[in-house]
Amino acid sequence: MSRTWLLLRRRLIGSVPVILIVVVGTFFLLEAAGGDAVDAYAGEVGADAGLIEQLRQQWGLNESPLTRLATYLWALLHLDLGWSVAFSRPISGLLMERLPNTLLLMGTSTALSFGLGSLLGVVAGARPGSARDRVLSMGALVLYAVPGFWLGLVLALFFSVQLGWLPLAGIETIASGLTGWARAADIARHLVLPASALALIYLALYLRVMRSGMAEVWRMDFIRTARAKGLARRRIVLRHVARNALLPVVTMLGVQSAQMLGGSVVIESVFGYPGLGLLAESAVRGRDTPLLLGIVLLSVVTVIVVNLVVDIVYALLDPRVGAEAEGAR
Amino acid sequence: MSVLRFLRTPEGAVGGFLLAALAFVALSAPVLFPGDPLAIVGPAYLHPFANPAFPLGTDSLGRNVLAGVMHGARTSLVIGLAAAFAAIVVGSAVGTLAGLFGGVVDEVLMRITEAFQTVPAFLLALAFVSVVGPSMGTVVVAIALSAWTAPARVARAEVLSIRQRDYVAAARAVGMHPLAIAFREVLPNALPPVLSLASVIVASAILIEAALSFLGLGDPNVATWGTMISEGRNVLRSAAYLSIAPGIALMVTVLAIYFAGEGAVEAASARRIAS
Repeated sequence: MSRTWLLLRRRLIGSVPVILIVVVGTFFLLEAAGGDAVDAYAGEVGADAGLIEQLRQQWGLNESPLTRLATYLWALLHLDLGWSVAFSRPISGLLMERLPNTLLLMGTSTALSFGLGSLLGVVAGARPGSARDRVLSMGALVLYAVPGFWLGLVLALFFSVQLGWLPLAGIETIASGLTGWARAADIARHLVLPASALALIYLALYLRVMRSGMAEVWRMDFIRTARAKGLARRRIVLRHVARNALLPVVTMLGVQSAQMLGGSVVIESVFGYPGLGLLAESAVRGRDTPLLLGIVLLSVVTVIVVNLVVDIVYALLDPRVGAEAEGAR
Repeated sequence: MSVLRFLRTPEGAVGGFLLAALAFVALSAPVLFPGDPLAIVGPAYLHPFANPAFPLGTDSLGRNVLAGVMHGARTSLVIGLAAAFAAIVVGSAVGTLAGLFGGVVDEVLMRITEAFQTVPAFLLALAFVSVVGPSMGTVVVAIALSAWTAPARVARAEVLSIRQRDYVAAARAVGMHPLAIAFREVLPNALPPVLSLASVIVASAILIEAALSFLGLGDPNVATWGTMISEGRNVLRSAAYLSIAPGIALMVTVLAIYFAGEGAVEAASARRIAS
């Protein structure tokens, strides 16, 4: 347990400078966007020149950039991300409302692409170079080349517009009055298309990592031993090859989280799915830079947390990880 | 010789052929369809193959879809190549400096790299373009802004192994300037693995550009596939071909780049085995 704790602590400390750099970056983008919180507030609520000047004083916006950066950091520490012009609400409340939806979408599609991708990767890697392997690898490459939003559109065209099997947009039927399991089933039905569109794209990565990992393991001595012992091929594939090739696939989970969050922006926009991505699109349309940058910051935190979780899972799976950290102490 | 080896791999042959065709399309677009591809030239909603003058039909305003797709190839390829070039130049410079100087320089540069890597690439591009305003140039910068991190990491790792070698020690012994060592001795030898990232970077740059213009953040003055798909989306029920045609073009382009990249890797490894 202390090994995991050490790893966790080291990673948490390591992520502080990363977050700081990102915050400084978003601060500069905010500055470049021109117009400040008072302009936004005045445009929204209406204020005369005197009040505007007073608010500027009060919010410290006449100070030097460095002082403003400090103010910005101080506000962020209190989870105050500012005021959204597009929605006339505090940004942090908006984000917290949308985050669960995006996490649901990301979680579902990650599970789908990881599960299906590594499964197909095992099938392909069971006999590297076979016809089955070639077809699967080629198919994965083709899928990986499809733009996510376009795949979403095609799926929507086919399954909602043509066949009418699945709802076209949203996260649940509006004003359906459903509760409990009925509501969960309704949400699940809405989730099918966006989650599949996201999952199909990233499935290819897991398949390829699993396959190439297995191809490497096949060349190792202990596999030759296992074959010499006369173990059934099925057993060798599952217990020896696939198992040892699984770790890099787990690593991909963390690496992928940032990409998937980015990809979900367009997918959410295609399906009108009310998560952070759709919020980002509204922020762009409403020229609401503070909101957009708030989404960027939240995504960075999400990516860091996901990577932390993946690291911990990895440490639990592979006893070698973190052992050196303990030794170094 | 190496070109031959590249074309002999199945991926290389397919990818090379498709890329050549795409380059031809992109180069011949202004010759075959001179003038603005965004100009209205015919009746609206002409379906594909209905009128020989408009093989892919016309869109909701009466613009020629084929002209748009061909000019869109230009936009996609130019932005993809420019962004990848910028990303590789900046990334390998940062990686070389970090690997060669080590210590505080390395620590600072790598933290910055890590920070850029943590921001989802598409969100970073979205934020940058929406703040600075959409144009070909800003889209290229926006994409390069997140794409430089992978070349930086690879270059750093390469440099770390190269700087132990004898010829670098020799350069140091004869009193060469550290920057001269970095960019004349070390960097050229660290480049091949960095360049092997090129195909993936170009492909993802093209996909990011398409997604940006799909959300309305492409350069409004040029034809882009993302914009065409997004305009077709509003009439998906009645005129799906408006989204399908540019989407297929996009997919074939990205696939061609992946194939070419795989072919190059395979050709390179075949060479290693042969020698």
